[in-house]
Amino acid sequence: MCLAIPGKVLEIKGNVAKVDFGNGVIRDVDITLVDVDVGKYVLVHTGYAIQVMEEEDARETLDLWREILNVFEQSPQDKPGA
Amino acid sequence: MRRLDANSPFRDHEISDLLVRRIREIAPSDPLKLCHVCGTHEWTITHSGLRSLLPESVSLIAGPGCPVCIVPAQEIDEAVWLALNGVTVVTFGDMYRVPGSEFSLEDAKSRGGDVRVVYSVRDAAEMASNGPGMDFVFFAIGFETTAPMNAVEVPRSPENLSFLVSHRLIPPAIDFLAEMEDLNIDGVIAPGHVSTVIGMRPYGRFPEEYGMPTVIAGFEPLDVLMGVYMLLRQIESGSPRLENEYSRAVTYEGNVKAQAAVDEVFDAVDGAWRGLGEIPSSALQLKEEFSGKDARERFEIDVGLGRDVYPGCSCPQVIIGKITPDECPLFMRACTPEKPKGACMVSREGTCNIWAIHSPL
Repeated sequence: MCLAIPGKVLEIKGNVAKVDFGNGVIRDVDITLVDVDVGKYVLVHTGYAIQVMEEEDARETLDLWREILNVFEQSPQDKPGA
Repeated sequence: MRRLDANSPFRDHEISDLLVRRIREIAPSDPLKLCHVCGTHEWTITHSGLRSLLPESVSLIAGPGCPVCIVPAQEIDEAVWLALNGVTVVTFGDMYRVPGSEFSLEDAKSRGGDVRVVYSVRDAAEMASNGPGMDFVFFAIGFETTAPMNAVEVPRSPENLSFLVSHRLIPPAIDFLAEMEDLNIDGVIAPGHVSTVIGMRPYGRFPEEYGMPTVIAGFEPLDVLMGVYMLLRQIESGSPRLENEYSRAVTYEGNVKAQAAVDEVFDAVDGAWRGLGEIPSSALQLKEEFSGKDARERFEIDVGLGRDVYPGCSCPQVIIGKITPDECPLFMRACTPEKPKGACMVSREGTCNIWAIHSPL
């Protein structure tokens, strides 16, 4: 039920945006609950955008994880189970 | 299939291998229980086989995270009553087959009631606009993720659309789980999309008051594994705190516009959860000024107290993670996805349904 799918905003008319979910699926989405511009990504739940997402954020998160996980690999004192 | 770049990297094998290794290194040998409260998390965990990747000492249990499973039978009976008394009931597909005391909305339809399944409350508003002279009721279920949509539509929807509100709130349910003496949860994976709306603040009390490690996590397999790892790090260091794994969709403040919309239209009140009983301040009710849009005010709905649990069904124990679905005597015997007895087997987000479809038996 709490499923939300990210998609890219193609155009905006009033409180409704055309959003591209990939694979040619383009749907009208109500954007009353967010402030968003064309070209940004939104997270969509039951036809309403609930958050604006940055593609960069996802990449930065993963880069950070890689760094954290590898640092632990190199520091024996951080590996209590090793 | 082309996936959006914001999520596809979160299935990276290299990172998942590393994460599983770290989890195994850090996991204590004493058993511990990590609880999530989201049907979508359970889907990811079971569908991706994440439990099989974890050390035996780490149990991932499913709390009351399926919003249709926890709607009391009495409130489904109200929807069924409306459908059988000339009102068009509009609902999400997840709710369509969930049994009330006796009947589901699907049963009501087969008895001549007008029940329509939609993807969004916008569809209900559009139907009401196109059907003047008819009474429409939207069965407003769901957690904090779904309440803002109804908060937007209540003031602006056509006069002939009212709302049967059965929203429930997640943080009070976590209080309920944390306070259960015989459940003994060691950490909570908080639901990502509920948190997109409410932000991080409402979870602060779990580490502070209960000493409960709490991590907000997203829904890709890597998100859940990282959430588990972050909880284990907290448990290992003995410093419970609130962390946000799903930072690409959850901010500290959450969606302030959505919160304001909900606050304008709803009050938090005590509410019953199916099979669990009443949880303080865990339900939403339309404010007095919107009582004209409240289906319970508009129609003289006549239903009894409701029977939440089918005889022999263990949904109340499954819902709080006290037992797993395969420990219920009805699971895959008298109760199957085709012929469900309990709410947890009906919904695609019910723990029993997910286990029935995705677990090796």
